Amino acid sequence: MLRRQFIGMAFALVAGLGLAAPQAQAAERFIIVQSTTSTANSGLLDAILPAFTDKTGIEVRVVAVGTGQAIKNATNGDGDVLLVHAKSAEEKFVAEGWGVERFNVMYNDFVVVGPAADPAGIKGSADVVAAMKKIAAAGAPFASRGDDSGTHKAELKLWKEAGVDVAAASGGWYRETGSGMGATLNAGVGMGAYVLTDRATWISFGNKGDFGVAVEGDQRLFNQYGVILVNPQKHPNVKAGDGQAFIDWLTGPEGQKAIAGFTIEGQQLFFPNAARKPAVQG
Amino acid sequence: MRDAGAIAPSAIHAARGILPLSAEGLVLRMAGQTLIDIARLTIDEGGPTMVMGPNGAGKSILLRLLHGLIEPDAGRILWAGQPARAGIRLRQAMVFQRPVLLRRSVAANIDYALKVNGVPRVRRPAAVARALALGGLEPQARQPARTLSGGEQQRLALVRALAVEPEILFLDEPTASLDPAATAAIERLIADAAARGTKIVMVTHDPGQARRLGAEVVFMHRGRIAEHTDADAFFRQPGSREARAFLAGELVL
Amino acid sequence: MQDFTEPFSLALRLILAGDAELLGIVLLSLRVSLSAVLIAALIGMPLGAVLAVGRFPGRAALVVTVNALMGLPPVVVGLVIYLLLSNAGPLGVLQLLYTPTAMIIAQVVLVTPIIAALSRQVIEDLNGEYAEQLRSLGVSRVASVPTLLWDGRYSLMTAFLAGFGRAIAEVGAVIIVGGNINHVTRVMTTTIALETSKGNLALALALGIILVAIAIAVNAAVGLMRGSERQVAHA
Repeated sequence: MLRRQFIGMAFALVAGLGLAAPQAQAAERFIIVQSTTSTANSGLLDAILPAFTDKTGIEVRVVAVGTGQAIKNATNGDGDVLLVHAKSAEEKFVAEGWGVERFNVMYNDFVVVGPAADPAGIKGSADVVAAMKKIAAAGAPFASRGDDSGTHKAELKLWKEAGVDVAAASGGWYRETGSGMGATLNAGVGMGAYVLTDRATWISFGNKGDFGVAVEGDQRLFNQYGVILVNPQKHPNVKAGDGQAFIDWLTGPEGQKAIAGFTIEGQQLFFPNAARKPAVQG
Repeated sequence: MRDAGAIAPSAIHAARGILPLSAEGLVLRMAGQTLIDIARLTIDEGGPTMVMGPNGAGKSILLRLLHGLIEPDAGRILWAGQPARAGIRLRQAMVFQRPVLLRRSVAANIDYALKVNGVPRVRRPAAVARALALGGLEPQARQPARTLSGGEQQRLALVRALAVEPEILFLDEPTASLDPAATAAIERLIADAAARGTKIVMVTHDPGQARRLGAEVVFMHRGRIAEHTDADAFFRQPGSREARAFLAGELVL
Repeated sequence: MQDFTEPFSLALRLILAGDAELLGIVLLSLRVSLSAVLIAALIGMPLGAVLAVGRFPGRAALVVTVNALMGLPPVVVGLVIYLLLSNAGPLGVLQLLYTPTAMIIAQVVLVTPIIAALSRQVIEDLNGEYAEQLRSLGVSRVASVPTLLWDGRYSLMTAFLAGFGRAIAEVGAVIIVGGNINHVTRVMTTTIALETSKGNLALALALGIILVAIAIAVNAAVGLMRGSERQVAHA
């Protein structure tokens, strides 16, 4: 009898928690969006998604990972919609049949942030390629995502344009954290290294130390986001209707207006451009 | 499992008892040493059998071999002329020098022994009450068994063993670490059990105790049976040199 | 120099504010980890007991394996469970990925070896004391397992708590199979990871303090249960 009481107590505890748990399974109608840390961590999605859910009754569950992992997860069918920023990888995703069609959504821009001491002397530069050459020449520490994310891909493209072989400097002044944007910023601030980051993550980042924006405004720093419905012919479980509804809303007037209206500290971080082709190519 | 008729010891004895218990060509070796080497030993119904002998003579090992806790290297144990069959252990019980009590109440310890012995649930409360009364442990029935005093613990171990109404009860120096009063209580319980027809086989160091309780004595020396005689005869005139020396208080090696 | 007083006062303010969001996260953490540990205990304790009393070929190898699995990296477990539950994986049809159930599964895998290994040690010690008496009572090795588990229940609580400690503090596995989805699979540890990545170090640390406080509360609750149970059940 005591044994039953004993086990019963334990089960009652868990059952009670189960009842008290949040509305985890409450919403029956939902889609999963595989997206990137820049959209989720900046607060953009938290800000704009409720309007969509209110209108359609569709809950949007966001898995925020690096672009590389987001695309991989979507390839596995673990999501209904892909919202990332690595155009060539996105086009490959569609070309291979994993996605239905790619739509432009918005763009933001990258900035190079660095310590106040500015060891490479690049502060105020508007030429990112020249600045990166200076960083390499000075051997000033640079923290890279090193995680195959959209930001990492953009950064590698810039090094290539600057003619710098970062593989040779890996472990020296060039340090690959292999982690997300926030973790890389934390590491960069910790070791006084320059970091290429999207502006949205940077503005909302809470651990800036004495870091500030060193390079901005270069056309090559623009960063295009695309949205793709995962192909229901490849993965029958994909909620094509609800997923497409989300894409239509995001690229339509309401979604575009919501994106434009999202600001942090008075700054607009994302610029909707669904109606037209990306303004600039990096 | 026992059948209903097997509950009362007298009934068993009358019907198809498991005694006599006999050992034939029993050998146990360990690390190159022969610990037990017994050509023949028969323990029959009757008064308590006392197993005596100096330290290291193999008394405790013999008890475990007979009870079936240890497998011999050679030889066999026979119960009423037959090799041990399944369930034979349920008709025996053993009390160890240091009582092993479950981490439960006094009453639950007895109930457990009855349960694993196959006594039906409906009969157990009465049997537990009888055992508690026998051991004078009623006030402590709900107390954690391991908080009892040393004497009470051994009393519980003994009435727990008796609760299943074994035909034969092995005891391995049950009073070795008890004071005289506790020892007397244990001896009284053993004597009563013997009087009710339970065969007692008991290892003891204490010649006084053997004299008080024993009907016959098995005297061991270096793994062999040196002497197996009537208790009166043993204490009056031991047959073996080792037993004479032991009783005289000499150091027997 | 970092200011360590801010996280503490922030933690206190968060608790006092009784924020519904935070409460939801805390309850989900407890639900996932306690469920996982209970399931792991139902598997691990009998397994540990069988390893303790059993005499079968391969036992020694199994003991070494279970001991080694205590060090399973959570990320690896998360990855394996992800690959199994993914829509491209063999169990994709169950549609469990990015649900609390997936997180429970991952934690069960992580915690079961810990509970099994610690239980084996506990039961082996107890069996050393009980074995001869139980054989004498006619209880076979296999049949003695429930008795040993029951009589070892207070020592086994430590195994349970060790498992709980591992589960509640683990982030690598749940963030992969849960996806850290807000209001669905976001637990304490993934929230801490998220706030750290946002550079909100004080908030992350404050949440960490709350997590430790929860762990202490659970340990204390089990301690109390143990104490009152001991009085009633007679240790």
